[in-house]
Amino acid sequence: MIRLDRVTVRYGSGAHGIAAARDVSFTVAPGEAFGLVGESGSGKSTVLRGVAGLIAHAEGVVELAGEAMPRRRTRAQRRLVQMVFQDPYGSLHPNQTVDQALASPLRIQGLGDGEQRIAASLREVGLGPEHRFRYPHQLSGGQRQRVAIARALIVQPRILLLDEPTSALDVSVQAEILNLLTRLRREHGLTMLMVSHDLAVIAHLCERVGVMQHGVLVERTTADALASGDVAHKHTRELLRSNAGFDSAV
Amino acid sequence: MSGVAWRAWLLDPAPASRRQARFGRWFRGWRSFSANGMAMAGFLIVLALVLIAVAAPLITDPHAAVAQSLAHRLQPGSAAHWFGTDELGRDIFARIVFGARITLTIVALVGAIVVPVGLGIGLPAGYFGGAIDAVLMRVTDIFLAFPRLVLALAFAAALGPGINNAVVAIALTTWPPYARLARAETITRRNAEFVQAAVLQGATPASILFRQIVPLCLPSVLIRLTLDMAGIIITAAGLGFLGLGAQPPAPEWGAMVASGRQVLLDQWWVATIPGIAIFVTSVGFNLLGDGLRDVADARSA
Amino acid sequence: MTAAPLLTLRNLRVTFPGPHGDVAAVRNVSFTLGRERLGIVGESGSGKSTTGRAIMGLVPPPGRFTADEMRLGDTDLRGLSERGFRRLRGRRIAMVLQDPKYALNPVMSVGRQIAETHRAHMRAGARAARRAALDMLAAVRIRDPERVYELYPHQVSGGMGQRAMIAMMLIADPDILIADEPTSALDATVQTQVLAILDELVRGRGMGLILVSHNLHLISAFCDRVLVMYAGRVVETCEAGQLHHARHPYTRGLLAALPELGRRRELLPQLQRDPAWAADAG
Repeated sequence: MIRLDRVTVRYGSGAHGIAAARDVSFTVAPGEAFGLVGESGSGKSTVLRGVAGLIAHAEGVVELAGEAMPRRRTRAQRRLVQMVFQDPYGSLHPNQTVDQALASPLRIQGLGDGEQRIAASLREVGLGPEHRFRYPHQLSGGQRQRVAIARALIVQPRILLLDEPTSALDVSVQAEILNLLTRLRREHGLTMLMVSHDLAVIAHLCERVGVMQHGVLVERTTADALASGDVAHKHTRELLRSNAGFDSAV
Repeated sequence: MSGVAWRAWLLDPAPASRRQARFGRWFRGWRSFSANGMAMAGFLIVLALVLIAVAAPLITDPHAAVAQSLAHRLQPGSAAHWFGTDELGRDIFARIVFGARITLTIVALVGAIVVPVGLGIGLPAGYFGGAIDAVLMRVTDIFLAFPRLVLALAFAAALGPGINNAVVAIALTTWPPYARLARAETITRRNAEFVQAAVLQGATPASILFRQIVPLCLPSVLIRLTLDMAGIIITAAGLGFLGLGAQPPAPEWGAMVASGRQVLLDQWWVATIPGIAIFVTSVGFNLLGDGLRDVADARSA
Repeated sequence: MTAAPLLTLRNLRVTFPGPHGDVAAVRNVSFTLGRERLGIVGESGSGKSTTGRAIMGLVPPPGRFTADEMRLGDTDLRGLSERGFRRLRGRRIAMVLQDPKYALNPVMSVGRQIAETHRAHMRAGARAARRAALDMLAAVRIRDPERVYELYPHQVSGGMGQRAMIAMMLIADPDILIADEPTSALDATVQTQVLAILDELVRGRGMGLILVSHNLHLISAFCDRVLVMYAGRVVETCEAGQLHHARHPYTRGLLAALPELGRRRELLPQLQRDPAWAADAG
């Protein structure tokens, strides 16, 4: 469903250019969930944005559902892939009600039946009609993230991208959102690509995992291998060690 | 619906329709605005100005503003002429009242030109960046380089005297900061995640600019406009003072101050009263602008 | 513990006026702090940060705090004026925040800020202050103190900025350090390093440390004792290593809701909030 071939994103030019992502290649099968882990600056978010089509100057091939994506995507191509962002506070327009936030993608994609779709979408993410006409500042972080998920899924994409979707949420709310994502994935047969710095969250949702460091994909492994510690690359081991928490012997 | 029921409907935490949500938001904004004493004072002053301008013929006889009576020139305030008469025997009170129309017209027209032009230039410059930004900002810089009054004078002199030309001259010199403001706001917002979400949905740049970014720029632009009003009024008064704005016998406040200059020491009211009118109006707009900014800041805090 | 506690709190209450009466952000929180590491863990709205700020007298007006007992050593913190608190801050209690970007002055070099803090509390000369700042930078394991001294906050990485902030807060040798989510904005590997430095400094100087965080695992690994807060109250106290034996349903619920590497579950058990947990103890 997703295929990346030598995707490179460079900022700046010439001697001062930095490669935020360099020669990144991997595939994700339909219905599979693939996680990208790494520290800040590792390029994982850049790769995600490249798949989303948010980076104009990416080099390399990004193929979605068997179709190579051009530099400027068509409306139909845009419908294939949607994204849920990290910051529930920043991902919704402060002057738009939940209703408007959900109606907007329907209007842009020319999908009719707005009333039905919006109501169904809200139900699906566990929100009620009382939330429909609220503004973002009247919702909690978890509720905003649910709206963001509803907005992403209302156009029925085949691929869902997730950029640290629960990092800004409390533990208890995180569990609810993760469960929601698990359920929606099953119900809609979504292919997911998720970025996180939290190994436990990645291993919970994803079967296969890619580890990035300094813009390069250094290892491809599985969630089970992470759990058992059966990993090859040094950086992966470092990440596993840090994930285990503080050890005064370190 | 009774007053209490209206309030409950507006403050309902779970609105049931778009209209209810939008009105509720306006109402909450109004409540926090009206809690601010100074802001309300400003609002009332501006409201008074608007009402006086609109109801001018009902307040006083339109002829009185231009009817000369040399026998009664330079009279101090009395029962017949509340603010006295000027050097041509015209009733100053009536001239102030009708002058409010002129002031309001100038201010409204300048605003109506400056805001769209500023947004129209600043938004694309901020959103697209690159060459478009460079060209548009250089154009803005050119206009910004001239002192406002001097440039307004030049335009007014070139276009000829008259209120409409004065409006154009003032507008041409006032728009650059709004373009800059719109550009700055756009640059701040263009990478926001909700904008990215719109891109992902397939929205065109025009749609994003109009539906998402304009509503976010508008508050600061409008607040800036109200704070600029004082300056605009004074510039108009300055042009009037120099004979380049409203032409006699139109009762423009600045022109009134100019002609009252000669008799300032003995018949102080002829120049001072229009001066006070200008002052009060400027203060009113300033307080209103400050109040709006406080509401906007509190909301974004 | 044979030594007298550094900090004693009994029934601390912090209230903020709201549209429908006062809202208590912190309700009847009591604990003592000795030369140990105390962790306060909770979710947003639990009151953990407000507790830390109240101890430093940093409750933003119109909030107010009251307590039956609130002592830092011999000093009674209740009813202390702003000036009184200012004398304490830095010198006897210090606070490290989450994002050094907001605590460090962007137009002053890092080293100079640390030196200024030293001078403000110790009345030292410029050279002595610079010396002290360099020593402190070395103490937080910055390898090239002379070079980092001259850098501006935007030129240092997150981890280094946080270490600089720790240096700045500890240079006046306070008795207690309150760290409010000090590593939440940092990468995992950097997090470990910064915590190790905190550990070393706190132990070495015999200080008391209050670590406030939402990260249960971090707190249980790093601290000696843990307080779990919910809706402004302390719902559980335990020794750090004993967290998995926690008794309160909220703590157990939180632990269960965390995804764990190695323990694959289809669905995570969601926390069921019991209104009884938020009820006032009295």
